Amino acid sequence: MTTARPLLLAGLEPLSIAAGSNFINIGERTNVTGSARFRKLIIEERFDEAVEVARQQVESGAQILDVNMDDALLDAERCMRRFLNRIAAEPDIARVPVMVDSSKFSVLEAGLKCLQGKGLANSISLKEGEALFLWQARRIRRLGAAVVVMAFDEKGQAETVERKVAICTRAYRLLTEQAGFPPEEIVFDPNIFAIGTGIPEHDDYAVAFIEATRIIKETLPHAKVSGGVSNVSFAFRGNEPVRQAIHSVFLYHAIRAGMDMGIVNAGALPLYDELDPELRELVEDLVLNRRPDATERLLAVAERHRKKREREEKAAAWRHLPPEERLEYALLHGIDQYVEQDVEEARQRFARALQVIEGPLMRGMNKVGDLFGAGKMFLPQVVKAARVMKKAVACLVPHIEAEQRTSAEAPARKARILLATVKGDVHDIGKNIVGVVLACNHYEVIDLGVMVPAQTILERAREHAVDLIGLSGLITPSLEEMSHVAAELERTGFDIPMLIGGATTSRAHTALKIAPRYRRAPVIWVKDASRAVGVVQALLSPEQRDAFIAANESEYRAIRERHALRAEGKRLIPLAEARANRFDGRFSEYRPPRPAKPGRHLLAPYPLAELVSYFDWTPFFQAWELAGRFPEILEDPVVGTQARELYRDAQRMLERIIEERWFEARAVFGIFPACAEDEDVLCEGERFAFLRQQVDKPRGERFNLCLADYIAPRASGVEDWLGFFVVAAGFGMDDRIRHFEQAHDDYSAILLKALADRFAEALAERLHERIRREFWAYAPEEKLDNEALIREEYRGIRPAPGYPACPDHSHKAQIFRILEAEAAIGVRLTENFAMLPPSAVSGFYFSHPESRYFVVGRLGRDQVEDYARRRGIPLAEAERLLAANLDYDPE
Amino acid sequence: MNWLRPDRIARLEAALAERILLLDGAMGTMLQAARLDERDFHPEGHPCAHCGELKGNHDLLNLSRPELILSIHRAYLAAGADLIETNTFNATRIAQADYGTEALVPELNRAGAALAAAACREFEARDPRRPRFPVGILGPTNKTASISPDVSDPGHRAVDFDTLAAAYAEAATALIEGGAELIMVETIFDTLNAKAALYALEEVFERLGGRVPVMISGTITDRSGRTLSGQTPEAFWASIRHAAPFSVGFNCALGARQLRPHLEALARVADCRVSVHPNAGLPNAFGGYDETPAQTASALAEYAALGLVDVVGGCCGTTPDHIAAIAQAVAPYPPRQARKLAQAA
Repeated sequence: MTTARPLLLAGLEPLSIAAGSNFINIGERTNVTGSARFRKLIIEERFDEAVEVARQQVESGAQILDVNMDDALLDAERCMRRFLNRIAAEPDIARVPVMVDSSKFSVLEAGLKCLQGKGLANSISLKEGEALFLWQARRIRRLGAAVVVMAFDEKGQAETVERKVAICTRAYRLLTEQAGFPPEEIVFDPNIFAIGTGIPEHDDYAVAFIEATRIIKETLPHAKVSGGVSNVSFAFRGNEPVRQAIHSVFLYHAIRAGMDMGIVNAGALPLYDELDPELRELVEDLVLNRRPDATERLLAVAERHRKKREREEKAAAWRHLPPEERLEYALLHGIDQYVEQDVEEARQRFARALQVIEGPLMRGMNKVGDLFGAGKMFLPQVVKAARVMKKAVACLVPHIEAEQRTSAEAPARKARILLATVKGDVHDIGKNIVGVVLACNHYEVIDLGVMVPAQTILERAREHAVDLIGLSGLITPSLEEMSHVAAELERTGFDIPMLIGGATTSRAHTALKIAPRYRRAPVIWVKDASRAVGVVQALLSPEQRDAFIAANESEYRAIRERHALRAEGKRLIPLAEARANRFDGRFSEYRPPRPAKPGRHLLAPYPLAELVSYFDWTPFFQAWELAGRFPEILEDPVVGTQARELYRDAQRMLERIIEERWFEARAVFGIFPACAEDEDVLCEGERFAFLRQQVDKPRGERFNLCLADYIAPRASGVEDWLGFFVVAAGFGMDDRIRHFEQAHDDYSAILLKALADRFAEALAERLHERIRREFWAYAPEEKLDNEALIREEYRGIRPAPGYPACPDHSHKAQIFRILEAEAAIGVRLTENFAMLPPSAVSGFYFSHPESRYFVVGRLGRDQVEDYARRRGIPLAEAERLLAANLDYDPE
Repeated sequence: MNWLRPDRIARLEAALAERILLLDGAMGTMLQAARLDERDFHPEGHPCAHCGELKGNHDLLNLSRPELILSIHRAYLAAGADLIETNTFNATRIAQADYGTEALVPELNRAGAALAAAACREFEARDPRRPRFPVGILGPTNKTASISPDVSDPGHRAVDFDTLAAAYAEAATALIEGGAELIMVETIFDTLNAKAALYALEEVFERLGGRVPVMISGTITDRSGRTLSGQTPEAFWASIRHAAPFSVGFNCALGARQLRPHLEALARVADCRVSVHPNAGLPNAFGGYDETPAQTASALAEYAALGLVDVVGGCCGTTPDHIAAIAQAVAPYPPRQARKLAQAA
């Protein structure tokens, strides 16, 4: 068979409809015969509003616009011209091709003469014989349009498969042989008639269309098939859910038979796979005419579905509330689709635009804040509410600015909070959530983004006269940077409170290392986003402030006292003693496995679809501060509803990420010969200085572990290997994040980043599995399900620098050198060894059967000095790198 | 429908199978250099000889200063042009209305075609192995059918399809009568205007009982890569493809270097021959053009080397020197169509 030639249409942009194309949605609402609302707008000459109908169609996915002005009350030619000229001036509508729809040929001609692009004429037929048909076809061809031909001849409309095919075949021959029509520019409409009318002859109408479509596509090369879909369910009018189900099922089968395009309500088509299974079964019986009582059976169920829909519509009753209440409702339910309309209506009811914010929007956000504070609302809902709020405010800002220009009154000043992820760190999901939550509570948030140097923080804090500074960081070197910012604030005379947050921060660290460097103002550790508002309120409230600071200070004092007495607590043993109690890898008899594929490997881009089953969802819910393990969390009595909703949103975005390739994931890794020397592992010219546990353990029973113990000592002469990996996801998603943020949609932006994190983690998991089974291949038969993988039941470990077994982040620089990771997959390291893009994981592979993840814990000065010597760095530098683990206060 | 002059088209196609053909360069640039005054524009013995101010209506020179036009055509033929464009860019009823000279439209086109045809015959007689072809030019007119001239009424139109089609039919008929062997619809900034011209041409061909080859050349007005009416190159092609053009391409507005990505986009989708006749670079602060013949030629040689074009030439700011340089620069390369056939074989 020859490949079908595409039908090439155009508005301002081209649209190619080929055999492999997806089904093309033709927008049906710009049709006076199909939409009572559009008809009214045209009759009343409200063309501006009619244009909005077209825009809404294109926005909700119409790839072609069907325009019909056939109405007894209208001068159809004139209205067609006027409307088409009007939408031609709207680039976001005019980008799609137009289907001029009329039963009057003069209207078709009038419409086609307004189109600069390549449109379609819908339709002509053999109803009045061949001569007229050919004359019309030639004129359409000369006007440069494709043609829609109805299966209609001198005897009437075709109802059976045979008649449909016969008429279309006859028309095809005439058009291609006598009117010079290229076959790909012929679109047949083999008549979709109503089924389920109660008349037995009608039962086979849908089947007839589907069968005729199949034969037309097989026997008339390159021709296309279209149809008006909503006709098929005409008998069920008044019952929208059933009608939509019929449309979905009908299209599912018609598209498989070859239907290329259809006139549909682009915004209202449920997915075939998501239909209620019972309903779908009954609808299939009806559409495919599988049993004579299909209509009765469907009607019985239809009634139930109509009632269900009524209930849903009652839920939609909020749309009838006054606009102020609608705004509150929208905030509480996180619905952003009506914001613009409701804000505009509300604005008309107030003297000043600002009052919309101060009135209904504030009221709504206060309720959100109260419910969140009371634990009755959860973070995803708050972020969604924030999205509604931001969009609403964006609509109002131009009006507020205009009003301010004409009024002398100065706007009330809101408290201003500066947020930043500190220099050397790139993680911002948590910081962004805090920003959203604070903004919801009417604080003005100035977010400086990631990798912000202390200097910039100071300058911007002064420039904006902020009331508070919030610092965020995820990796341990960021702790040091926060102390540095604190010292700088002190040095330059600031006296505003500072907040500290992020995964590795702690109350103890803040009390011991940060607060003492900035004594002029309180430094408060904020455990998570949900605490941020409470802390900020307390700090800025004249009544609560002193008591709050005093309580915090007394906690800090207690921590410092405990810390000072720590020497009395569990003692560390000297490094030499710890070394003597090392783990014995029994390299005298044990032979490490030789890798099946040693050396360096690159897998980029890594197929995203393969990774989804490796997702560990629990941390995803943690990122949104929903506590609980996946999947049990979905049924959790407290957060289950929210978790399910979040999970659904995530699944939806996940599908699009994969289908539309929103970003890439990449991996570089390798396995190389290695040997150990005490705490060091030598590999590829690098010396990896690992750290040993120094806590006092029962000798011979439990070991003072160090990662180097898992590698054969150089002295043993045994061959051994060490592996490395760098994986990352999110390459190329910056534009989309920016797009979400510009649309005031932080919810989607945060969701996307959180999912990119999941992809990076899943890639690390999947790659480790392939290392064990394929590349190193020491466990080729391993078969573990995702649960078991998450429980780390596999042999070997993949510790990451900066994590408890090897807390020094600077190992990453060595791994990157060996793997040439930046050149290979484009992951960069910041000066503090955070990876960019942020959704990245790097680490080591150890194969020893008894290797385990462990915590190095506190380090004595002897080991840190030894470490500095081994690494060839000054002691102060080693202390900075290991600051979080020091068991002593450095000079 | 058959060609009106099948023998000539066979020669044209034979030439195009062998080499890239050359269009001529700018007419306006040459006329500006001739330092004309008002009297030059008043054709003797014509009723309009006593009309109001006509200076700037260059198409009138076909009647008032035919020898001047002829000499410019000759200069381009001598420089190596194979295709000579008639001096009829504004010779439609719609564009001539500005001067009140609509009644002259048939004569302007007939005379314009006759001048180009005479010059071509003269050069072909000197070297019969090398055919030369007069190309009847249909300009865009000074009105647009899909853009409103009134910002407060976006649905308004200063001209409609039928008016445009009638004006183009009148001009095209006279061009063919005068001896034009091809027609080029050029400098298209609104595709709907072009569609009206193509529609008119079909009606004219039907009346005459035969066709002449139709070249279509659009204009990308800025670096956004769209026509003035907003179409991408691919959408432009989809919208005019039904006319089965002899060639499609871009001219004017940009220089060859700026035009290249857009012509590449067009060449990717077009299944006919491809032409390009850019300006001599972008205009300078005085509205003049600075690109030297060597610069324009080297840019177009790149097009030729990439196999993008069958027909090349110049638009605003180009001179016979440019055409001669271009002719030399593209000579080593086969035309796009011939290259594609060779690849297919």
